[in-house]
Amino acid sequence: MRRWASLAALGAALTMGAHGADAKKKDKREDASGPAPYASTYKPYPGRPTALVGATVYDGRGGRIDNGTVLFEGGRVVGVGAADLAVPSGYDRIDGRGKFVTPGVIDIHSHLGVYPSPSIEALSDGNEMTSPTTPDVWAEHSVWPQDPGFTRALVNGGVTSLQILPGSANLMGGRAVTLKNVASRTVQGMKFPGAPYSLKMACGENPKRVYGGKGQKPSTRMGNFAVNRQAWIDARQYMEGDHAERDLGKDTLEGVLKGEIMVQNHCYRADEMALVLDMAKEFGYKVTAFHHAVEAYKIGDLLRANDVCAAIWADWYGFKMEAYDGIPENAALLAKQGACVVIHSDDENGIQRLNQAAARAQAAGRRIGVDVPDAQVVGWFTYNAAKAMGIGEKTGSLEKGKMADVVLWNGNPLSVYSRPEKVWVDGALMYDAADPKRKPVSDFELGQPGEGDVK
Amino acid sequence: MSRRLVLAAALAASFLAPCAAFAQDFAVTNATVATGDGGEPIANGTVLVRGGKVVAAGAGVAVPAGVQTVDGSGKWVTPGLFSAVTDLGLWDVEGVDDSNDTSADKSPFNAALDVVPALNPASEHIGVSREGGVTRASVTPFNAESIFAGQGALVDLGADPAMVVKGRAFQYVELGESGGRLAGGSRVAAHAALRNALREAREAVALQPGAQRQGDVLLTREDALALGRVIDGTQALYVGVERAADIRSVLALRAEFPKLDLVLVGATEGWLVASEIAAAQVPVITNPMHDLPASFEMLAATMSNVGRMKKAGVKVAIGMFAGSDQPRYAPQQAGNLVALGRIQGATGLSWGEALAAITSVPAEISGLGGKAGILAPGAAGDVVLWDGDPLELSSAPVAVWIDGVKQPLGNRQSRLRERYKDLDETYQPKAYAW
Repeated sequence: MRRWASLAALGAALTMGAHGADAKKKDKREDASGPAPYASTYKPYPGRPTALVGATVYDGRGGRIDNGTVLFEGGRVVGVGAADLAVPSGYDRIDGRGKFVTPGVIDIHSHLGVYPSPSIEALSDGNEMTSPTTPDVWAEHSVWPQDPGFTRALVNGGVTSLQILPGSANLMGGRAVTLKNVASRTVQGMKFPGAPYSLKMACGENPKRVYGGKGQKPSTRMGNFAVNRQAWIDARQYMEGDHAERDLGKDTLEGVLKGEIMVQNHCYRADEMALVLDMAKEFGYKVTAFHHAVEAYKIGDLLRANDVCAAIWADWYGFKMEAYDGIPENAALLAKQGACVVIHSDDENGIQRLNQAAARAQAAGRRIGVDVPDAQVVGWFTYNAAKAMGIGEKTGSLEKGKMADVVLWNGNPLSVYSRPEKVWVDGALMYDAADPKRKPVSDFELGQPGEGDVK
Repeated sequence: MSRRLVLAAALAASFLAPCAAFAQDFAVTNATVATGDGGEPIANGTVLVRGGKVVAAGAGVAVPAGVQTVDGSGKWVTPGLFSAVTDLGLWDVEGVDDSNDTSADKSPFNAALDVVPALNPASEHIGVSREGGVTRASVTPFNAESIFAGQGALVDLGADPAMVVKGRAFQYVELGESGGRLAGGSRVAAHAALRNALREAREAVALQPGAQRQGDVLLTREDALALGRVIDGTQALYVGVERAADIRSVLALRAEFPKLDLVLVGATEGWLVASEIAAAQVPVITNPMHDLPASFEMLAATMSNVGRMKKAGVKVAIGMFAGSDQPRYAPQQAGNLVALGRIQGATGLSWGEALAAITSVPAEISGLGGKAGILAPGAAGDVVLWDGDPLELSSAPVAVWIDGVKQPLGNRQSRLRERYKDLDETYQPKAYAW
């Protein structure tokens, strides 16, 4: 978090310098600036003061409390402690004995809403495959809030926040959006208040295949880099200019250069990640996380030194050439190097089982003598994801003052036999396994076979 | 009658013949034994394998003198996992077309396509799956430009060249939405294509040697002859279908073609027509994790599908492992069905039933009932020793035997892992660590 703040400060200093050089020229964009466009209208739903008592608590930041107590009220966590933590009067007391409590699960890489179910052409809005760089498009303008996938992620996966990314056809795919996993009529009603934007970038096979296939640049990896570098040069020039003519795409890239917009970079191969890190240095921006980084284990030292997270599957491999060297020990070897691990889904089914994927990755490590404690593994799908989405100060862990995004599991979340029993978002009970009506059913599923069924 | 039948007979004779030369007699003792028969695990049990076959499994099994014993204390023993309807051995890198033999979109043939010559026992994925406890599989071709994908094979995953257990074990036809698309644009077209193909097959098989086929045919001679085995029921017909109404249409085919040996693949909405499937005695191979309306033919998808069908009396196996849905995920999927048992309103499987759904049941559906996927006298000596509850995420095989032969468990992934266990290049580049 500290590094992120300092980069933002650096960006601000550069901007001021540019303005200083041409102080009389007014920045027309600033004139036009009002409240953020498409702002979040999400408001937490009412909740009751709640005490979860007697459960094993994983706080998301490596802490574990046996027979713990978690208190939340007014949408916020107000206390996390041992059995001796007093439960204030007026709290609903939930017996958590034999159960587990974690922060709400967070998926840093999802395409729910932009590639929704049903998977049909009419609803496929995740890749603006008309130009290799489309930093001007925003995923939130594609999100279909009625995607039933959101409901499954909540009920089966305990997912309370998620980042929706554009696809990886383009080198610069556009802006991602971070959502609260709360059913809403509008995407604005899901937007995570105050979450920073991220730019989705992609290296490797996809962009060169898509555009090479159309007989245009880039058709090679070197073409990928050339197009990216020119885009950064142009963005820098724009940033230092007067913004007389507003450019949506360059607005996004300027935000990255100023440290206001994070970079989520789809990249599989170790050698390519190293090149991307140098490109970031060349142009003065920071890569927040490499996504699908199946070869991250080969450069755990480099990732740690550059403070970049690896957002990965547990053990997907082999489905394309750049995924050929994927191994189940990826997460554990990264953890051994002290690098940041995030377990992601990129999948409407996988998002329902991020906890299970993390457990698989943990087990693979244990078999080669890398023993990552359960409490740290829970951080792979909670706090680390939040941090890499720029919302680590607000959610992702059970700490006093943070959003009461909480899952009560009916067993250890790292066991295949466990499921969410209750899920709270900002202290509001949004799923309860014991109450068939307390779960969302999307408009799409109303009146269809299986409406409201256990899924 | 022909060479084809002779060949089939020869294949039948060699059915499941173990590599006796390397098979060792052994017993695993003091382990928790789960035989795969649907029952609950047996504490402190023994599995005895001789001559490549299971001799006995359970409690109170005496180990004859001289038989090597493996102490299974604290461990679990199961039959090898059976991966039903998979692409194992047909690709190296799925997205690299040159290495991928799952489908052929420019071939003039469809039903005649037979995966056997393409199967590669040295495939990396065979090794990875074997390390995950998978010992046998039914490998299917995938559709390209026809509703008929071709003929699949039963294989074992032993680290030896003899991979094929039974070639031409089943024909695969795709109906429903994608079948309709392949047939020209509608389910109506798919059913017309299927009926026409079966009619042409019947005529082709009936032709006297040297006789000419009629001119108005759509299938090549090879495709028509291949489907001849489907009409008379000597070869199973695997039908890819999801929607409840489509399942009914498939079951109705029996009225016209009584000998069809049908197996439903997919059947996401099977629970809506479970009693009809059960009454028709048609087994199902499905991906149990589907719970989203991924298409309009899967609107009623739920993870309770398997449990509800099983409860209605349908024989259901977990399967359809292809691409990133790897065969080694079978235990996790089975475990998830056990987890449903504690969810109000859901229908899951008992632990024993869940294990059976990835061992004996898929073996039975594949025609290997009692011969594989089960620890019972006379079954193949496919045995997996696990370091814990085999359905749990933390568990993995510590030893795998196929036909009584102890298998190597290393693979390319383990080599990469060993190379990069540390990142020290002080004295040499990593390329020298091998």
